[in-house]
Amino acid sequence: MAMDSAKRGEIMELAKQQIAVANAQELLSKMTQRCFKKCVNKPGSSLDSSEQKCISMCMDRFMDSWDLISRAYGQRLQREQQNQ
Amino acid sequence: MSDYENVSAIDQELQDFLDLEKQKAQVNAQLDEFNEICWEKCIGRPSTKLDHATEMCLSNCVDRFIDTSVLITKRFAEILNKRGGMNDN
Repeated sequence: MAMDSAKRGEIMELAKQQIAVANAQELLSKMTQRCFKKCVNKPGSSLDSSEQKCISMCMDRFMDSWDLISRAYGQRLQREQQNQ
Repeated sequence: MSDYENVSAIDQELQDFLDLEKQKAQVNAQLDEFNEICWEKCIGRPSTKLDHATEMCLSNCVDRFIDTSVLITKRFAEILNKRGGMNDN
C-alpha cells in the first residue's frame, strides 16, 4: 500500500519547508534574546546607535560562535569514534 | 509530527526521511544547548570578531561540557550501585 512518489515528494517538501521555517524562527528568537541581554542594559525610549551597533556585532558573533561550536562538536565526535 | 504518523506507517521512504530529520533536529538541539551555555561563559561584550582567547574558551567549553556529562553519568551509575538500585525497602 505504498503511496505514489508524487504524493510522497509533496509531503517531504512540505515537511522540509515547515522545518526550515521553524528553524529560522528559533534562530531569530535565540539571537534576539542573547543580543538584547548583552547590548540593551538600561532600556531607554529608543535603541541608541551604540546599542544598534552592539546588536549588529552580536548577531555576527553569534553566527561565528555557532560555526565554531559546530566544528568543535564534530571534532569531538570524531575523536570519540576513533578512540573506540 | 502527528500529521505524518498515519502516512509513515505505510511508507518506508517517508519514515526514513522523518527519522533523518528527527536526528538532525536532535543534533541541532544539542548544538543549541552548547551555544547557550558557552555563550554565557565565554562572550563578554560583542566586538568586531571573536579573539583567540574567546575561541579557545568556546572550544574548551564544548569539550568540558561533554566531559562533565560523561563524568556525571559514570558517577550516577556508581551511586545507584551503592544504593542497591534506589529501591525503598
